[in-house]
Order: sequence, then structure tokens, then C-alpha cells
Amino acid sequence: MLLETIFFYLFAAGVVLSAVGVVFLRNPVHSALSLVLAFVFSACLWLMLQAEFLALILILVYVGAVMTLFLFVVMTINLDADIKKQTFVHYLPFGLLLMALLAALLLFVLKPAHFLSIGQPIIQDQDYSNVQVLGKVLYTHYVYPFELAAVLLLVAIVAAISLNPRQPSNKKTQNTEKQLYIKRADRVRLLSMPTEKKP
Amino acid sequence: MYLSTFFANATPALPEIALLSMTCIVLLADLFFSRLCPRIPYYLTQLALLGVICLSLCALNKPQTSAFFGMFMADPLSSLLNVFICLTSLFSFLYARSFLEETKMPLGEYYTLGLFSVLGMMLMVSSQNFLPLFLGLELQSLPLYAMIALRRSSGIASEAAMKYFIMGSLASAMLLYGISLLYGVTHSLSISEAAIIFSQGTATHNTVFACALVFIIAGIAFKFGAAPFHAWAPDVYQGAPSIVTLFLGSAPKIAMLGFTFKFLVQAMPTLQTQWQLFFIILAVLSMALGNIVAVVQTNFKRMLAYSSISHMGYMLLGLISGTQAGYAAATFYIIAYAFMTLAGFAMIALLSKAGVEAESIKDFQGLNYKHPWLAFLVMVVMFSMAGVPPTIGFFAKLSVLQALVQVDLVWLAALALIFSVIGAYYYIAVIKTMYFDQPEKSTPFPTLPLDATIAISVNGLLLLILGLFPSGLIELCNKVFL
Amino acid sequence: MIHDIFILIYTLIKVVLITLPLLLFVAYLTYLERKIIGYIQGRIGPNRVGIYGLAQPFADFFKLLTKELIIPTASNRYLFLIAPVLALVPALAAWAVIPFSEGLVLSNINAGLLYLFAISSLGVYGILIAGWASNSKYALLGAMRSAAQTISYEIAMGFAFVGVLMASGTLNLQDIVLHQQGGILHWFWIPLLPLFFVYWVSAVAETNRAPFDVAEGESEIVAGFHVEYSGMTFAIFFMAEYANMILVSAIAALLFLGGWLSPFENIPVLDAWFDWVPGFAWLLLKTSGFLFLLIWLRATFPRYRYDQIMRLGWKVLIPITILWIVVLGFSIESHLGPWFTEERMAITHDTFVG
Repeated sequence: MLLETIFFYLFAAGVVLSAVGVVFLRNPVHSALSLVLAFVFSACLWLMLQAEFLALILILVYVGAVMTLFLFVVMTINLDADIKKQTFVHYLPFGLLLMALLAALLLFVLKPAHFLSIGQPIIQDQDYSNVQVLGKVLYTHYVYPFELAAVLLLVAIVAAISLNPRQPSNKKTQNTEKQLYIKRADRVRLLSMPTEKKP
Repeated sequence: MYLSTFFANATPALPEIALLSMTCIVLLADLFFSRLCPRIPYYLTQLALLGVICLSLCALNKPQTSAFFGMFMADPLSSLLNVFICLTSLFSFLYARSFLEETKMPLGEYYTLGLFSVLGMMLMVSSQNFLPLFLGLELQSLPLYAMIALRRSSGIASEAAMKYFIMGSLASAMLLYGISLLYGVTHSLSISEAAIIFSQGTATHNTVFACALVFIIAGIAFKFGAAPFHAWAPDVYQGAPSIVTLFLGSAPKIAMLGFTFKFLVQAMPTLQTQWQLFFIILAVLSMALGNIVAVVQTNFKRMLAYSSISHMGYMLLGLISGTQAGYAAATFYIIAYAFMTLAGFAMIALLSKAGVEAESIKDFQGLNYKHPWLAFLVMVVMFSMAGVPPTIGFFAKLSVLQALVQVDLVWLAALALIFSVIGAYYYIAVIKTMYFDQPEKSTPFPTLPLDATIAISVNGLLLLILGLFPSGLIELCNKVFL
Repeated sequence: MIHDIFILIYTLIKVVLITLPLLLFVAYLTYLERKIIGYIQGRIGPNRVGIYGLAQPFADFFKLLTKELIIPTASNRYLFLIAPVLALVPALAAWAVIPFSEGLVLSNINAGLLYLFAISSLGVYGILIAGWASNSKYALLGAMRSAAQTISYEIAMGFAFVGVLMASGTLNLQDIVLHQQGGILHWFWIPLLPLFFVYWVSAVAETNRAPFDVAEGESEIVAGFHVEYSGMTFAIFFMAEYANMILVSAIAALLFLGGWLSPFENIPVLDAWFDWVPGFAWLLLKTSGFLFLLIWLRATFPRYRYDQIMRLGWKVLIPITILWIVVLGFSIESHLGPWFTEERMAITHDTFVG
């Protein structure tokens, strides 16, 4: 139990520190990497709650795919950190005021006493498979929101693709189909010319 | 085993399922047959909407039935809202066609995204659980962002899309945060279960409820575009192509009203005194700001945007009253508003020449000399928006004010009246520009597509006819709340 | 507390027992590759250090160990040094769930397949960070190519895994192998043949091996993401690549070729003859076969063009997998023998419905 507590605080501290890093690191690439770290630590926390499916999917989808593409973009566009900082300072007082207000409100509201007690997490036995249990609930009770989420993803794909430029006229590209069907006659013209008379 | 029970249980969701299937068919038809017949996505879209309208009309008189483990509920209110969501979308897609073809925007994508948005709206009014409600809201707004940005050559449209996207995400986040707070207290996402827990809520719970309510109402007000959460509306309404503006200004507002009913009336009837107060502030600010700022606008789209802010204020008055009659009045108001907005923005879309929109009020100068019928229709729309009898706008305003007076909020009703008098000024100014100013000589008049002309005539006359004989629609709105 | 620490130490010993032979295997895989490619190209390959050049890997290792570590001045020092480690660690960590024989596994977790998939998706970070931290154009180009390629092929690979998951009804790697019991015809390679093929192509692409090695692309972008690395840091990248090769080969053997199961099961005479062979040896044999295939591929095929890689991934492999998953769904529902017979599916089905 003690070891578990130690690990919990280790991971929790990791999540908090890397989340702070996301906000305060100057280099956007460092921020993104910090976010990756935060995801990994929260996956570890989920693992400790025996939610292995969520933990692994978090790593697979967010760390493995989403953040990779995010880094891809951040690395390519090479954001200028200085410009970001100037506007940041400009709005800082207002932001701080808002933050203080929100923090005060949440401190007042988010007391444990205000929420029904959740109780201790149930320790499951060896055969318990989080994946199966989740799958069963997802495809029966929650099939409606599940399908809606699927439609939402479809919309995202359609939207993203339709916002892409469609066939710009000045694009120079190979047409493989055309290349494959090329015949000798299209490229080479054989002429029979009379030989020149020698003087 | 599950499959058969699943289909047996899914029948109340038939309109939604039909729409989703048709949307996928439109998507595929666009891919495979658009070379043969470029307009096929358009025809299929309108067919789908007509079908859904019929299905929803059939469901109008049925008692409420739930599906998907109680997460979905079809009741007369949702059917009524569905009918009008689809009807306004039908009109807005009709107005869009000629503009899309003229500016060479992708027809298939536009209508597919539009249908997805309509699906989201229908889910917003008929889900009975916070989770699908939120998903429906996202499904409604996500395609809208893309539809605004679809005209890639227009920088102002991209800017509008960006603003709408960021503001919309922020609103969604706030709403979600509010829902998460509620979930923390009630341990349930179901609306009917939440309502029971809310009714037995103790004092400590009420602190969290109040906090959650702040976030939820802020999110809802954002989506409605009610002041002080209105800042996105003028820029987005102006920046987006008119055909998109008329879509996002009409049907989503109807859906948003259904969404608000679910959240506030059905889930938290016991917290009425609390959300009433929020709504009074929102309504007064919206009416004041919308009407006063609209007076100085020279851009017609911007003016209509501010007018829509003020209309949201009037609509909220119906909710504030907190009675069945008030809710019915709000429903009536939002339907009337949707048709007025449709007609208003459709005028701009119709008068656009080769992709350049007739945005400025000056473009309407002397419209009467060029096209008297169109000028007459614009006059009807303007009178309706101002609330001049015998148009539908008059009865819409009348019914919300009546509901207010019934619950002794006379001061609010008086305030609303004063603001509507201020509002009448800029509506009538447009009419004056059309009828009494001389037209500019140089501009040739665009040829109007026939289908859109018929549609706008029907739309405009509808405002007038429903104004002359409003009792049918009012009764319908009253009936669904009994 | 003391008990916990004891378990921790015991686990650490097991980890070392897996990792050390693995690294030795990696070392000799480099030797094997050079030899095999040498013979394919009509050369002899390394033959100077030791008998038949057998000490060559150690010579290379000490050479790299003693070389100077060069860190480019404008690079991001810490990330530059962390990157190789980030590339190697997932390749080693994935072995935690690989069963070498029945019961012979470091951690027999229920979501083993998912764990494998999640961990292997982390490998790209080493490459991405190396490419960016080097502050070099070629390195960044290589990293970008690698990131896009890995993401694209991960989807096809994931669908192939879904097929295996459907066929076996479990994510536990040991159970997946046990589900294939009953001889060579019962293994999943027959009912999942298209997925097997897709898995193998994506595995080659995921490990950035030829013909999908555009991330390195010696002839276009020098050496891609590790162009600035030297000495030991380069060696670690090298080790990560080869450890990944062994990993994907072992996964292929486990998921599609019955893992440690003997191919002669249920064949009257041969079954008895080969009874003495330990399961581990069969797994090693199958893995080695796949490794040979990887090397063979490298010696045979020219490099793909980048857009061709993308087209293959998105427009060929993913549709194939989706189609086959539908086919698979129908064949499982109709209990197609000998793979999906009722009693076979019942092993895992109980836990589902019950």
C-alpha cells in the first residue's frame, strides 16, 4: 500500500509539473513535449486505478498519434516566441484578475463536502478485464452517444478535407495513370527520310 | 440478440436515423455521380429534408416515447421543433444553390455538412441525456465552422470562421464544465434522474448548482448570441457568405431553444428562480444593446446581426416568465424569428452579383424602382422584424409580452416595448431607403433564379399570412407544452 | 513493504534476463544482415574479425563506444541526448508482455496487444525529437517523413490487430497463441491472410526499413534524422532499429503463426518426433524467419517514393483491412471451422456474455 501511495504522488506530481511546463515553457516544441509527458503521467495514474484500457488508449491516441502530428506542425511552422510574449504581457493584468476570480469561485464551490462520496475504488481480481467491461457497456447502454461520437468524427473528416484546396490549377504533378498508358508512338515519331546525296 | 432489440427500440428515432442515412448517401452520391449530374447532392438533400419533415409531422401527435436506454426521447415538442428546423434548413439550402454554383463553391460538401448540422440540431432537441445533448451541440456547430470557411478565396469568411470556431469552442468548454459540475453532484447524466436529484437538493448542493448554472447559462447565451456574450455575432454574420449566415442564423437558434428547454426547464425546474435572474439580465442587455447599436450600422448584414441579438433578448422574455404559456410564446417567437432571418439574409444573397454581396444598406437604394415585388417583400420582412401588425413579428412580440404580464413582470414588458420602439427606427429606415431614395444609375440589376424567387415570395408571404392568421401556429406551440 | 521490494528486485532480475540476450541478438542481427546481404549481392560480407567475422559486432561496438560524441553547437543539447534513449526504450519495454512459451512471460496482462500497440507508437518520438533537436535541415526532413509515415501505417496495423482481437476474442497475447492450437492449419495466418500481409507491410514501414526507409534515405537526405549523431548515440539509434525489427518479427510470429506452438501438432508421426523441441525454440525459429524476410526485402526492393508510400498506406492497406474485418465478422458469426468453431470461441466467449 505504501509503495502505491509513493507512486501515486510521484505520478501526480509529474502531471502537475508537466502541465505547468506546458504553459510556462517558452519554446512551443518544449511545451508540446511537456504536454506529452503530462499525458503519459495521467495514463500511469489511470493504470493505478485498473483502467488499463483508458490508459493505453490515451497513450496510443493522444501520445502516439495526436501529439505526433501536433509536434509535426509546431516543428514546421517555427513559431516566434517573442511576439507571443508581447501580447501575453499586454493582457496579463486582465487575465490575472479573471484567474483570481475563477480560482476564488472554484475554491468556494469545489469542496469535497459538496459532492457525494465516491468511496474506495474496488480492487478487482486477476481475471477482470477492463476492456471487456467497457466494451459491453459501450455497445449496449451507451451505443447512442457512441454512434454520435462516430458521426462527429466523420463530420470532422469531411470538414477537414473540404477545407483543403481542391486541385490548384498551377500544381505540377505526375499523372501515374497517364504515364503507365504511354506508348512509344506518343513519344517517338519515326520518319523515313531520303538519304542525302553526297556531293 | 442485442441487434433485434436495438432496432425495435430505435423506432422513435426514425427521423434522425433516416436523416443520417440520407446524409451518408449524399456524401457518396457526390463522390460517384456528381460528374453525371452536378446538382445531385442538392436534390437528394432537399428530398431528405422533405422526408424528415413528413416523418416528424407523423410523430407530432404521438405521446412521448424514449429509446436507446432512455437517452433519446421523442415528444411533441421535439417533433414540432424538428419540423421547423428542417423547414428552415430546406429554405436556406434552396437559397444557397444559385450562389454556390455562381461562386464555384463545392456543392456536395456544403450540403453534406449542412445535413450533418441539421442532424446535430435534431439530436439537440430530442436527447434526454447530457452526453448526447452535448454531442448534438458539437455536431451542430462543427459543420457550421467549416461551411463558413468553405469559400476559401474570401479572407473575411476565413476570419469569421476562425472567430466563430474559437468562441464556439470556448462556449462548449464552459457548457461542458458546467455539466461536469452537475455530474459531480448528481452522479448521473440522465436528465430525468438529474431532475429528481435537483428537486431534493440540499443547501450545500445548491452552491454547486448555482456555480454550474453560471457556466451552463454562459454557454447557452454564447450559442444564442445574447448580450453580453454576443461579440462574435456581428463579425460572423457579416464575414460569412450570406447563404451560410441565413442558415446559421435560423435553424440552430430553434435547436438551441430546445436544448435550453432540456437543460433548464426539464432538468432544473426547481432552480427556476435562479436561472430566471440570469435570463432577465441577459434579456435586458440583449434588447438594449441589439436595438441601440443596430441604429448606427451601415452594413445591412451587421444591422441584421444586431437585430438578431435583440430578438434573442425578446425570445428570452418568454423563458423568463417560466409558465407554459411563456415557453409556448418563446417557441412561437423563435420560429417567427427564424423565418424572418431567412428572408432577410436571402434578400442579400439574391441581390449579390457574381459573388459580390449586396451588403451595404445603400445597395437597397430605390429597390422599388428596379424590382417592386422584391421591395415589397423586404418591407414585409422589415415590418415583421419591427413587430408591426399584421405581420407574424407582431404576434410573436405580443405573446411573449402577454406571458410576462401574466407573471407580473410588467416593468420588463414596458422596457421591452421601449426598446422595440427604438428598434423600429432602423427597420423603417431601410424601407425609406428602398421606397423614397433614388437608385444609383450605373448598377445593373442581377437576374434572379426562378426557384429562389418563388421561395422568397413564399417565405415573405408566410410572414404576412401567419401574421393575419396566427392562431394555428400559436395553438400548436401551446399544445406541445401541455 | 519488504515483500514489495523483494518482488521489485525479482522483476528486475527477470528484466535483465530478457534484455541481455535481446541485446546480444541485436548485435548479431547486424552481423547477419551484412552477411546475408553480402551473399545476396555476391560478396562475402564481414570476415576479418574472428572466425567468419563472428567477432565483428563487438569490434563495431567498441569502435562506436570509443568515438567522440559530437553535439552540434546550435542544437538543443538535452533533447539531442534524450532522443536516442527515447527511441530505444519503447523497443525494449514492449518485450514485457511478449510470451516466450506458455507461462514464460514477464507480465501476463490482459490488455497485452493494446500495450504492444501503445508502446510501439511511442518509438516515433525518438526520431521526431532527434530530427528537431539536431537543428539540421536533413534531420528535420527525415523526422517529418518518419512521423507522417508512422502515423499512416499505424492505422493499418491497428486494424490488423483488431482482426486478431476479433478472431481470438482476447487481448492477452498468451491466450491469442493458445487460441491457435491444433497445428499449422489452425494458425491465424489462413483466416487472416490479408491482415497478415497488411501487418507485415506496415511492420516494415513502422520500423523504417527498406523499402520504406525514406526517413533515413541515404541517397536523398544523407541519413535523415540521425545525420548529426556520432559514437554511442548513433549506436543506440542503431540498436533501437534492430530491436524493433526483432520485436515486429516476434509479434508477427505470435499473432499469425502460432507463437511457440509446434507446426507439427496433430500430425501423427512428426508430432511425436518433434515433441522434445521447447516452445521457445519454435518462436525463435519463426521470428528468425521473419527477420530473414526483412533483410531479404532490403536487399531486393528499391526505395518507395514518398507519395507512393502515403498512397499505399491510405488507399490500399486501410481499405483492405476494413473489408477483411467485415468478412471476418461474418465468418466468426457463422462459426467457420476450424478457426471459429463454437467450442473454440467459447473459451473467450464465456467471459463476454456471462
